[in-house]
Amino acid sequence: MRHLPYSLLIGGALSSIFLAAALISFLWVPHDVTDLVIANRLQPAGGEFLLGTDQFGRDLLSMLMVGARTSIAVALVAVGIGIGLGVPLGLAAAANRGSLLDEVIMRGNDLIFAFPSLVIAILITAVFGPSAVNAILAIGIFNIPVFARVARGGALSLWTLDYILAARTAGKGKVRISAEHILPNIANLLIVQATIQFSLGILAEAALSYVGLGAQPPTPSWGRMLAEAQTMIYTHPMLAILPGVTIVLMVLGLNLMGDGLRDVLDPRLRRART
Amino acid sequence: MLRYVLSRFLSLTLSLIAASLVIFLVIEVIPGDPAAFMLGLNATPETVAALRAELGLDGGLVERYLAWVGGMVTGDFGTSYTYRVPVSELILDRLWVSLPLAIYALTLSTLLAFPIGLIAAATRGTVTDYGIMGGTQLGIAVPNFWFAMLLVLIFAVNLRWFSAGGFPGWEEPGAAIKALTLPAIALALPQASILARVMRSAVLDTLAQDYIRTARAKGLSRRQAVLRHALKNALIPVLTIIGLQFSFLLAGAIIIENVFFLPGLGRLIFQGITQRDLIVVESVTMLLVFAVILVTFLVDIAYAAVDPRLRRR
Repeated sequence: MRHLPYSLLIGGALSSIFLAAALISFLWVPHDVTDLVIANRLQPAGGEFLLGTDQFGRDLLSMLMVGARTSIAVALVAVGIGIGLGVPLGLAAAANRGSLLDEVIMRGNDLIFAFPSLVIAILITAVFGPSAVNAILAIGIFNIPVFARVARGGALSLWTLDYILAARTAGKGKVRISAEHILPNIANLLIVQATIQFSLGILAEAALSYVGLGAQPPTPSWGRMLAEAQTMIYTHPMLAILPGVTIVLMVLGLNLMGDGLRDVLDPRLRRART
Repeated sequence: MLRYVLSRFLSLTLSLIAASLVIFLVIEVIPGDPAAFMLGLNATPETVAALRAELGLDGGLVERYLAWVGGMVTGDFGTSYTYRVPVSELILDRLWVSLPLAIYALTLSTLLAFPIGLIAAATRGTVTDYGIMGGTQLGIAVPNFWFAMLLVLIFAVNLRWFSAGGFPGWEEPGAAIKALTLPAIALALPQASILARVMRSAVLDTLAQDYIRTARAKGLSRRQAVLRHALKNALIPVLTIIGLQFSFLLAGAIIIENVFFLPGLGRLIFQGITQRDLIVVESVTMLLVFAVILVTFLVDIAYAAVDPRLRRR
C-alpha cells in the first residue's frame, strides 16, 4: 500500500492534539476556569501555571483546553447543520435537474450566499441576544449552500452514468437511487468539504466570539480570550499570542488534513496535481 | 451581451427583494413588537406607543415593508433611535472608513497574490514553490483580527511606525491612509494567500492547454507564452475569487475596525446591537448584503466580457 501523504499525517496529528485536549478538559483541567483568584493574576509561565495566568487569575492552559471544546463543538455542529440540510437539498436538486425544484433550491442557495456568516450572526444577535447557539446557527446556515452545491455537482455527474440507468430500469425511485447509489459515491467529496468547513468554522467562531456575538462569559473561548487580551497587549503580549497560535495550529492542522484526505480519496486529483 | 446583462440585472433585483424580505422578517416580524423590544422591559406603555408611532409601526406588515424599501430606494433609511439623526447620515459617515479599507485591502491582496501565484506556477515543484505554498497555508490559517493585533504589537507598540488605532478623518489624506494601512495589511494577508493559490492552479491549468503548446511550438519562450496567453485565461477563476473575497473583506473590515478603534460600519452596527437600535442594524445589514449582491452581479458581467461563451447561457 502507498504510504499516506505527509500532509494528512501532520494535519491529523495536529488536529488530534486539540481534539484530545478538548476531550480531556471534560474530565480534568489543571485549574478551574471559573475561579477568579485575583491573587494569582498575571502569573508568568512555568511553575504552578504552565502557561501563566490572565488578568483575572485564570490558568491559560485550562482556558485553552476548555476553549478548544467550545470551538470544536460550535464548528462541528455547524458542519452537521450544513450536511444535514445541504446534502439532501443538493441531492434533490440533482435528481430533478432543470425542474422548478432545482431552480428554487439553487436560487435559495444564492440568496444565503449573499449573507456572510457575520451578517447572519448580527441579525440573529440583534433580536435574540448573543450566545454560542447563535454562532452555531450563523455558521451552520452559511454551510448549507456550500454542501448543497458540492452534493449537487457531484450527483449531477453520477446521474449520467450507466449503473444509475440500470438502477432506474430496475424500478428504483429517485429517492432510493440518491440514497443507495449517489450518496456513497459522493461521500469522499463531502468528507473533504466537511474538513474545510470545519476549519472555516473554527475561524468564524473565533471571530464571532471576539466581537462578542459568540460564546458568553464565563464560557472560555479562543476568540473571547483574544478580546480580553486586547487591553493587556502592551504589557502582557503572551495573553494575545497564545490563543492566536492555538487557533493557527488547529486551523493549519485541519487544512493540511483536508489536503491530504483529498489526495487519498480522489485519485483523479492526485494525478492532476503531480 | 445586452440580453445577458439584462437577465443578470433581473436576477440582481430578485435577489435584493428576497434579501430585503429576509432582513425585514428577522428584524421587524420575529421580535413581535420592535418598539417594545428597543425600549426594554422598563418602558411605559405610553413611550412604547410613541415610539411605535414614530417608527410607523402601526401600519400593516406589507405597508411597513413597502415604506422601508421605498425609503431606501430614495436614500431615506429612517431615523436612528439612539443617535436621533437620519441613519443615512450615520452610514455615509462610516462608509468613508469601511469602504476605503475594504478597497485598500483588496488592492493589496491582488497586488501581492498575482506575482506570488505566478512565481509559484512558474517554479512548480521547486523549493520556491513549496516555500510559497507552505507560506500561503499559514496565511490562510491566521485569523485576520489576531494578525491585526500582532501588527499593532510589532509596528505600533515596539517600532512605533504607526499609531495603534483611531482615524484622523479624510481632511488629512496622508494621515488617513496611514491609519488604514495596518488594518488593510491585516485584512489582505489571508485573502492574498487564498488568491495566490487560486492564481497558481489557474495558471498551471491553462499551461496544460493545447494552445500553449502551439504558442511554444511557434517559437514563444515559456515566459512569453505565460504572459501573452496563459495569464488572460487564468483570470476567469481568479476573478470569481476576487468577487467572493469582497464580501469576506467587508465582513472582515467590520471585525478589524474593532482592533484599531476605527469609526466604520462595524462600530456602528455593534453599537446598534448593544443599544437595541434595530433601525440601524436593519439598514446596515441590508447595505452589506446589497454590496455582496452587487459585486456578484459585476463579476458576472466581467466574466461575460472576458469569456464570450458565457453570454449565451
